[in-house]
Amino acid sequence: MPSKVEGWKDEVYGNEIRDHLFEFAEQGWDSIPEDEQDAWFERFKWWGLYHQRKGQESYFMMRIGTPNGVLEPGQLRVVGEIADEFARGPVDNPEFGGAYADWTTRQSIQLHWIKLEDVPDLFEKLEANGLSTIQACGDSWRNIVGCPVAGKDEHEHVDAWPVARRLHEEFKGNEAYSNMPRKWKVSVTGCDEGCGQGDINDLAFEPAVKELDGEAVTGFNVRVGGGLSRKEPRFARSIDVFCTPEDAPKVSAGISALFRDYGDREDRFNARIKFLMDEWGPEKFRQVLQDEYIDYELPTAGEDLRDQYTYNAGDGEHGDHVGVYDQPDGKNYVGLSVLTGRMGVDDVLELADLAEEYGSGEVRLTQRQNVIVTDVPDDELEAFLDEPLLADYSPDPHPFMRGSLACTGTEFCSLSITETKNRMVRYARWMRDNVDVPEGVEDFHVHLSGCTASCAQPQIADISLRGMKTRKDGEPVEAFDIGLGGGLGENPHFADWVEMRVAADEVPGYIQNLLGEFEDRREEGQSFREFIAERSEEELQEMGEPEETSYEDPYMHNTKMTWYPYAEEDDMADSPAPTDAQGKSLPADD
Amino acid sequence: MVTSIHQLDDGAWISVNDVREVNVSDLWWLARADFCDCEMSDFLAEGFVEVGVHPPNVTARIAGQCIACGESGVTDWLVVGRVDPDTGTFRGVDTGSVHVPRRRSRLAGPPEE
Ligand code: HEM
Ligand code: SF4
Ligand SMILES: [Zn+2]
Repeated sequence: MPSKVEGWKDEVYGNEIRDHLFEFAEQGWDSIPEDEQDAWFERFKWWGLYHQRKGQESYFMMRIGTPNGVLEPGQLRVVGEIADEFARGPVDNPEFGGAYADWTTRQSIQLHWIKLEDVPDLFEKLEANGLSTIQACGDSWRNIVGCPVAGKDEHEHVDAWPVARRLHEEFKGNEAYSNMPRKWKVSVTGCDEGCGQGDINDLAFEPAVKELDGEAVTGFNVRVGGGLSRKEPRFARSIDVFCTPEDAPKVSAGISALFRDYGDREDRFNARIKFLMDEWGPEKFRQVLQDEYIDYELPTAGEDLRDQYTYNAGDGEHGDHVGVYDQPDGKNYVGLSVLTGRMGVDDVLELADLAEEYGSGEVRLTQRQNVIVTDVPDDELEAFLDEPLLADYSPDPHPFMRGSLACTGTEFCSLSITETKNRMVRYARWMRDNVDVPEGVEDFHVHLSGCTASCAQPQIADISLRGMKTRKDGEPVEAFDIGLGGGLGENPHFADWVEMRVAADEVPGYIQNLLGEFEDRREEGQSFREFIAERSEEELQEMGEPEETSYEDPYMHNTKMTWYPYAEEDDMADSPAPTDAQGKSLPADD
Repeated sequence: MVTSIHQLDDGAWISVNDVREVNVSDLWWLARADFCDCEMSDFLAEGFVEVGVHPPNVTARIAGQCIACGESGVTDWLVVGRVDPDTGTFRGVDTGSVHVPRRRSRLAGPPEE
């Protein structure tokens, strides 16, 4: 039997949700009939609006999908202005202030505390500036990711940006693919470094060369079925198909139609294509694709460049895009580290100014929650690097600040178990001030996710933290499962879960102890990932002791039980939600 | 009154008569659950896998983990609360008290509230 969500989607889904959304916005949040709220909130996701968690009713998280993370000149300012005007909650966040924007691990933008009533104005402003929330959440083609410096990179094999943009144009709002069994995540990589993170996406185009009719053609090999969520992470598998840049839309259409038709619509937990790939294997997958969805003979895979991949490969080389790099046109791109991907609005607007002043105004978002200012000429570079804003968002950050990622967590997310971003900020600062950086390490990745959905991609970090609970003196406290040694590269590897249910205030001590032992025991020049890979589970467990230190954690209690973890009066009963368009509490339902 | 229930946001919570009532991230004490070898499972709810109504009870199978021993998996059907048949008002069980999975409830009597 199709799931309940499928039933709702059969009634209304896709583009048509917009008219209803606007109508509800016009009449106010409480015009949504109570017995239809669950269905509408499920549908609104398709237009990028995700109802925030319990205690925050009537407020929405809003995601803007920026394909390949590209913000064209002027767009960052629009994002800042929108955040300033529409994304202010009832209570400030103690680290980030009253309004802020999140750069996400899929090169999107997330804003919070959005009121339904503001959506028409908001959409108008976004769309007038070439931005949109369409299909940013929900069962659809999500934001297309790729190498964030596509087209501006000296390592480029194929320029992936036009391909990503083409797919974005073709599949956003396309009725034939607007109702998928589950989310559909696509990555296009054109460089030889592997920074598109194709391996963890549903559909990945990766650079390759193939001899066709006696000619060496550059294009892509196709992989399918990657994803991290739940405790079922998978790397995408090769389906032995080569595809030219021109054919990418056709092949994408075929594969996503296959998923649309064969994906499991009865059990949402089994719906992602990774599970169909488990069941079928790549050979059958290719066969069905060829027989039922593609009208030309699919070439077999070409020669890939995976042995050159350096991005997050664990050897310390090009682990991200932070720093100053040459563009092929002689200009520079400057990658700035944004701790946990969140920037207060004043900083966003300031950055928009700087990008216009020193570069072309274009800004790009990376899959490591950072930003890149492109097109900075050599003679402007020094002045740009001297800008005070770059002290906080550094192109040359401390290794622990640079590698710290965190998801949304109990601040807004229904699924969460633990607080995430503010804690990661505190972890990173404490580590910077207290933990010795192992010799030669410039880029150390700690990814923190508040639950097993893995939005901060913990499994591909040096240290993975996954939200949990434990008891301390009998009382439940927030905790983390700790995994070690994950990463991408030619042979990607998911972190091995080594230390379970470590109380949140003992995690920094654990990392300190572990890195101390790494430094003592490593062979000269050995990377952290290699060091972990060559050790047995027992050995890893015996290293690194969880320990309380001078680190203090204000979020040990069950932050999910609060209406907002940082409110002075944080009891669920103190929540102002639901509120009307002006943020005034609405009378209780019953 | 008919009780309408569903799990939403991919298992993050249970909606009962269109109100978000039961959430992930709570700890449940489970007795004789066969969920793990612990006498009492100290069970962290991470996702609602299936929900059902057996009037007046609202029941669910929950994915999660015993934080005492680390065993993870999905529970048998658990009573997560009751709906007053006249008013439709939902009263969730106290997750901090002891729960007995439904399969065994004949032996153990109804779960405490
Ligand atoms: C069933 C629920 C969810 C699952 C299984 C899930 C899973 C994931 C995974 C695996 C990623 C990593 C990206 C990748 O696969 O390449 C991701 C991205 C993300 N998720 Fe979730 N997530 C869920 C719900 C949520 C919720 C409720 C929020 C916040 C309110 C959230 C926030 C994010 C963010 C900020 C990202 C980076 C985003 C993007 O642009 O798409 N997720 N999600
Ligand atoms: S990993 Fe879990 S807690 Fe974090 S944003 Fe995703 S769903 Fe929410
Ligand atoms: Zn147990």
